[in-house]
Amino acid sequence: MPKSFLRALARWQQLGLLAAVFLISGLPAYAADSVVPTSTMPWWFWPLALFVTCFLIGIVAVPAGIGGGTLFVPIIGGFFPFHLDFVRGAGLLVALASALAAGPMLLRGGLASVRLALPLALLACMSSIVGALLGLALPASVIQIALGLIVLGIVALMLAAKKSEFPQVAQPDRLSSALGIHGVFIDGASGRAIDWQVHRTPLGLFVFLMIGVMAGMFGIGAGWANVPALNLLMGVPLKVSAGTSGLVLSLVDSSAAWVYLNRGAVLPMVAVPSVVGMMLGARIGARLLHVLKGSVIRKMVITLLLFAGLRALLKGLGV
Amino acid sequence: MTAAQQLHAQEQRDESLRYALLLDWSTRLGVLALLLAFAAYVFGILPPHVPLEQLPSLWNLPVGTYLQRTATPTGWGWLALAYHGDLANLVGIGLLAASSMAPLLGLLLLYAKRKERVYVVICAVILVVLMLAASGLLTGGH
Repeated sequence: MPKSFLRALARWQQLGLLAAVFLISGLPAYAADSVVPTSTMPWWFWPLALFVTCFLIGIVAVPAGIGGGTLFVPIIGGFFPFHLDFVRGAGLLVALASALAAGPMLLRGGLASVRLALPLALLACMSSIVGALLGLALPASVIQIALGLIVLGIVALMLAAKKSEFPQVAQPDRLSSALGIHGVFIDGASGRAIDWQVHRTPLGLFVFLMIGVMAGMFGIGAGWANVPALNLLMGVPLKVSAGTSGLVLSLVDSSAAWVYLNRGAVLPMVAVPSVVGMMLGARIGARLLHVLKGSVIRKMVITLLLFAGLRALLKGLGV
Repeated sequence: MTAAQQLHAQEQRDESLRYALLLDWSTRLGVLALLLAFAAYVFGILPPHVPLEQLPSLWNLPVGTYLQRTATPTGWGWLALAYHGDLANLVGIGLLAASSMAPLLGLLLLYAKRKERVYVVICAVILVVLMLAASGLLTGGH
């Protein structure tokens, strides 16, 4: 695909995102625990609307490195007539599909590191099962409020950080050296070869253990937490963080998705149009990741997280 | 770049390409199964377990109530009813949720060949966790 076309698409993507924020902010949201009214539209209307919405979310979510589920759950849960149980089940599958669709492209482009992803995914996979079981047991309003607060906390963290596109790691820690976690990637925007290494790996492993719990509990994937943890805590370049986050998500969301599937919280008429739309959109989004500047991705991450965090908090409070 | 760094970079490229190839094909298989099942469901080729027209009055219910009203089983109970269009979709969804297993196995064999025991163990444990999650044993699905 020509780069000029991708850049034009990126501009439209940002405009579309802003328009979506204003449009959706003006619509009424249902409180997290309220009974969702029965729709008067024909049955096929909502699956079709889901497909279109998820296609657009897919384009935006991958370059932002947050996973489609982060946007899917607050938007679909708030404005579509499905119960939150099915939205969360579909949300995990959407996040999974988004990561699976982009994964091979990110790996071939050198933007995702298998050696970095595997140890983190190992702990997060295990804890996501615990999180999913907790999430299905707790009241929806409690989950929404906690989710909103956590996401807004990450936004504050990202706004406060000065250097994140190419973090400086003076000395790798012993664990990352032993595991051979380092590499080189070619930055598509500048054409430079960037050497990277990581530090604070033990702390990173603990953070990913917590991220796994949250991913399973909220049913929204975990890219929103993966990217800051990799980038700001462990010192991974932003683009490699976004790419590796997708790889970790594809593993973490798989284990949590099985919990929802086994509990009957996956409704095909909600999940399939969402998954297919997201996968198509994510393929376009993955191409944009290689072309866009890291600073642009960072702004998109902050905007999207701010929006998603506010929606979740307001919904949890019943506003 | 030193010879050791070049070797490390080449090894990482090999890992990434193997994982990408297997992930790509296993995901395609899942998507294909999902699309075929969904088409059969929507176009009425396979009769649904829950009629399409009834969905708008059911998809707004909590999962427990939905399962009770539609007599839909939990765990792997749906597999016995997979001749229904809606439940046939769960085959594709299951394949998607299992997409990472083949690439993990591919990596495990690559690391075993290189005698990288730590990564062999990491891949093996992730595979076991995924299989346990899928079985429903950890999650009370049965």
